[in-house]
Amino acid sequence: MKARVYVTLKPSVFDPQGRVVADALVTLGYPDVTDVRQGKFFEVELADADPATAKARVTEMADKLLANPVIESYRVEVLQ
Amino acid sequence: MKFAVVVFPGSNSDYDAFYAASQVVGEQAELVWHKDTDLKGADAVILPGGFAHGDYLRTGAIARFSPIMAAVKAFADRGGPVLGICNGFQVLLEAGLLPGAMVRNDRIKFVSKMVPVRVDQTDTPFTAACASQQVLMLPIAHGEGNYYAPPDQLAELEANRQVVFRYTNAAGDVGADSNPNGSLNSIAGICNRARNVVGLMPHPERASELPLGSADGRVVLASVVKAVEGALRHA
Repeated sequence: MKARVYVTLKPSVFDPQGRVVADALVTLGYPDVTDVRQGKFFEVELADADPATAKARVTEMADKLLANPVIESYRVEVLQ
Repeated sequence: MKFAVVVFPGSNSDYDAFYAASQVVGEQAELVWHKDTDLKGADAVILPGGFAHGDYLRTGAIARFSPIMAAVKAFADRGGPVLGICNGFQVLLEAGLLPGAMVRNDRIKFVSKMVPVRVDQTDTPFTAACASQQVLMLPIAHGEGNYYAPPDQLAELEANRQVVFRYTNAAGDVGADSNPNGSLNSIAGICNRARNVVGLMPHPERASELPLGSADGRVVLASVVKAVEGALRHA
């Protein structure tokens, strides 16, 4: 079983790296870019688990380690 | 008194802290490997600067799993003085010993320079020998020192006088021009509710003798010597 975790800074937290990437894209000839938020992506492989348990366990992992809940939010997807 | 300086894989200010504790303030000091499980009878603990565990995942995020951190947490819970400098501060945040988090500096740059830092609270073991509102010239060297806490937590920090150090100009005034990294409320260092755990991004240990450009940082370690010896006398 594989799960994917997407971690991004919360909307209330300024993302300096995303801002620089957005500026770079505008400079590159994409003036329609108004903002970029940069984040992290994890693929977690799990031994035998049903999808519901996998989702619960990976959500717990995201909360305890993969994301810092003070500044980041996360989304968990379980792949069949 | 005795200092323990924790050495993580990737620490790089460990010897600076050890030198400042043992040679500059002239106390006993011992380097303690992150896989050790006891603090060798230390009266104060320093988590030094550097890039513990390569800053993998997030700065300080992996260091909290180092075996020594259980002893550091127990020591802090007993009221023992713990100082986190730069990466050590980031470790204390990730370990939950201090509130809030660090994000990338607002102008993306790694900032390495001397800056004025104002001491706002003198009732912590690491500022006990400072004058209130004293301005110290200290070096900073970090890419991720932009302190963040959610609005309610920030208000609580201010209400409880937990902001110990702030970036200011040389006159001690806070302003956007003197904030090197975008930290909320120009925060350079904070303490916990019990006031025995202190973290700061500037490096007092690297400014403890005049040949280093400033000896202002000496007072931080001198403070804890005063605090510990005062406590021992009263014991």
